[in-house]
Amino acid sequence: MKFRAEIDIMPLKALLDPQGKAVTQSMKNIHLSEITNVRVGKHISLEIEAPDKKTAESKVDEACKKLLANQIMESYVFELSEL
Amino acid sequence: MKFGVVVFPGSNCDADMIYVIESILKQQVVRLWHKDTDLQGCDFIILPGGFSYGDYLRSGAIARFSPIMENVITYAEKGGFLLGICNGFQILCEAGLVPGVLLHNDNQKFNCKNVYISTENKNTLITQNCLPKQVLKIPIAHGEGRYYVDDNTLKQMKQNDQILFRYCSEAGQLSHLANPNGSVEHIAGVCNASKNIFGMMPHPERAADTNLGNTDGLYIFKSILGLVTA
Repeated sequence: MKFRAEIDIMPLKALLDPQGKAVTQSMKNIHLSEITNVRVGKHISLEIEAPDKKTAESKVDEACKKLLANQIMESYVFELSEL
Repeated sequence: MKFGVVVFPGSNCDADMIYVIESILKQQVVRLWHKDTDLQGCDFIILPGGFSYGDYLRSGAIARFSPIMENVITYAEKGGFLLGICNGFQILCEAGLVPGVLLHNDNQKFNCKNVYISTENKNTLITQNCLPKQVLKIPIAHGEGRYYVDDNTLKQMKQNDQILFRYCSEAGQLSHLANPNGSVEHIAGVCNASKNIFGMMPHPERAADTNLGNTDGLYIFKSILGLVTA
């Protein structure tokens, strides 16, 4: 079976996100100062071959923990769908 | 002493480091290509600065899984001496060889300038020739150097004397003004609990040649060689 994972990785809430801060600042320049607290993360999409959904989930989780996210500074969530 | 400098795709401080070791320190040095696995019997391994793998994903995240890193990690876990500078420090953090991470600078700038760092622990291989709290002038060049570690780990690190350097003023005062990137407690360099793995953001290899008008980096290199400086 083939699955697609859609992974969202965000900087931890407790940490300053300078990129988000710069983008928030820029909202004023486009006259949308009502937009605040922008935080910028990453979206990663990948495909995985696995015998079942549970195995696919555990492999994607392993990929997130080992490489895709650094849990000292980021959190991640993902959704898996069968292709 | 035989030094090994690991070269990743995107390393750009390897040549400066090799020049200092070979031409200034007069020591043997070999390049260790990231796709090799043989550490060639080196006594001291350096992960140099640069932008390994274009800083893709996170600085150091991909380099950390380069083929040579498996043996570098085994070597360091057995007590082998390992120093990571700038991107090398980021790789050490990603590999979990030293605690913490290096985040984007709080001021959203790539900072390339001389800074002052205070020697916070002079009882390590790379600081033994420094005086306690000795201030060194060493250049930095990074966009992601904001050292961060959680409070509990930081507490343990302090109890175990793992803070090597802190950003400071020329007179040695710690302050937010002297901190170029927003690092927690002004930290510029750390080591692991066993004190054989060292990571620092400033570049001592850029301050080791009289022709450059600054040789403060030699305090670190001569410490490594166990030489006594006048």
